[in-house]
Amino acid sequence: MKALRAAIIVCGLFAAWALVTWITAAPHYILPGPGRVLQALWAHRALLAGHAAVTAAEIVLGLFLGTVFGSLSAITVASFRTMRRWLLPIMVASQAIPVFAIAPLLVLWLGYGMASKVAMATIIIFFPVAATFIDGLQRTDRGWLDLAAVMTGGAGQRRLATLWHVRLPAALPALASGLRVGAAVAPIGAVIGEWVGSGAGLGYLMLHANARVQTDLMFAAMLTLAVFAIVLYFTVDALLRRLLPWQPDRLPAAATTAE
Amino acid sequence: MNTMVSSITAKPPLPAVGLSLRGAQLAFGGATIFQGLDLAFAAGRTTCILGPSGVGKTSLLRLIAGLAGDAGGEVQASDGRSPTGRVAYMHQSDLLLPWASLLRNVTLGARLRAEPIDHDGALALLTAVGLGAWGRARPAELSAGMRQRAALARTLMEDRPIVLMDEPFSALDPITRVKLQDLAARLLSGRTVVLVTHDPLEALRLGHVVHVLSGRPAFLDRPLTLGGEPPRPLEDRSLVELQAELLRRLTSAHRESWQTAEQAS
Repeated sequence: MKALRAAIIVCGLFAAWALVTWITAAPHYILPGPGRVLQALWAHRALLAGHAAVTAAEIVLGLFLGTVFGSLSAITVASFRTMRRWLLPIMVASQAIPVFAIAPLLVLWLGYGMASKVAMATIIIFFPVAATFIDGLQRTDRGWLDLAAVMTGGAGQRRLATLWHVRLPAALPALASGLRVGAAVAPIGAVIGEWVGSGAGLGYLMLHANARVQTDLMFAAMLTLAVFAIVLYFTVDALLRRLLPWQPDRLPAAATTAE
Repeated sequence: MNTMVSSITAKPPLPAVGLSLRGAQLAFGGATIFQGLDLAFAAGRTTCILGPSGVGKTSLLRLIAGLAGDAGGEVQASDGRSPTGRVAYMHQSDLLLPWASLLRNVTLGARLRAEPIDHDGALALLTAVGLGAWGRARPAELSAGMRQRAALARTLMEDRPIVLMDEPFSALDPITRVKLQDLAARLLSGRTVVLVTHDPLEALRLGHVVHVLSGRPAFLDRPLTLGGEPPRPLEDRSLVELQAELLRRLTSAHRESWQTAEQAS
């Protein structure tokens, strides 16, 4: 049913696209129709696959590093009050600088290779992960904390154990929302990095094709990127659901078993 | 199940510890909720504190538990040592961790204190509360009554001489509540229990002593001392009369607090 719905949506979008190209009668170098783009996709499949692999590697690496750094910062901020006072304003302020603005700098510092794009994706993923995880860590049910305090002989006793056994698992659903956002925005970071300066990747291919008025190839690259982004999002989502089976939206409809 | 219960109650009993509370006071928004309350809790007995909502019962219990709260006062155990670390706490909501199995929930205290984990003991307690087959289940798979039984098992697993209960059965339907009262009374016998409730019948079934905390500022009436061992059967006719008496005391105190509130406004 879900697959059918997705198929209908995809077909509908393609039909609307075909309709727009037919009505506007735009020249194919301005707006190629779906047929042309699919032809280009097939004709350049080896080229597209090669560049897609580079972009995919950048995104996945960025997602991994962004999650690691974001989670570590969140745990640090949530465990030490002094850290919260110093680190949190810096983290928020860092978001005031658009990632687009520092892209040229990253390319300057880290070179035209993958490193600058991975850094870009890492930065863009870091914030949603850190912010949602901090939020989750600070919103532990008061009752659980009271219970842990009584069990450990007073509030503030064995804080690390309480963090590990209570606060951290309680915050995982919040972290999961951050990761979903991260998975959705990760391709932005990588592609911007490629636009600013690179020799490989779908972003590079798009610029390259655009400059040579190979609009159909550009659309094919865009389509490849979109498909990859969607697959990434749903993979992350499915993985998180499997890993956190107690999440509220995952509870079975008949949550109450008879006595 | 019954053999399991007797094997647990047959464990070497903990030395019972009494508690005394002196000069307890609580103010909220400039208004005195209670002041200068002195209260003694006999070792190995169940003391019920009965009172309407907002009278400061939970604050009093948090004070005894050593939890940060608004109430001030001095809490002392009868052996002179601090009661902190010798208290188990059971709340109105089960406070089970939704990601952990029942067994892991029951052994949470040991894991927090990095003590060796007694899986057999945990399983025996789950069996004692009728959940022996549910050790690997997560709380969401259980009904509210079952979850509260698991919370009772976790409270017992702590094996503390003092057990504090904050309206532990108030969120349950009447039938489940009566069953759980029976179970709790059996399993908690011999411990110093402080049970806070707003249900007079619950206090009468489970308590050796019942205090009524009411009025504003709240004061303690002369305590009601009950004979026999809890859980008292529902068929006990005298409970009905006592319940009426307690309800009368609660409602008259309630009227007084209403009047004072009106005069103040």
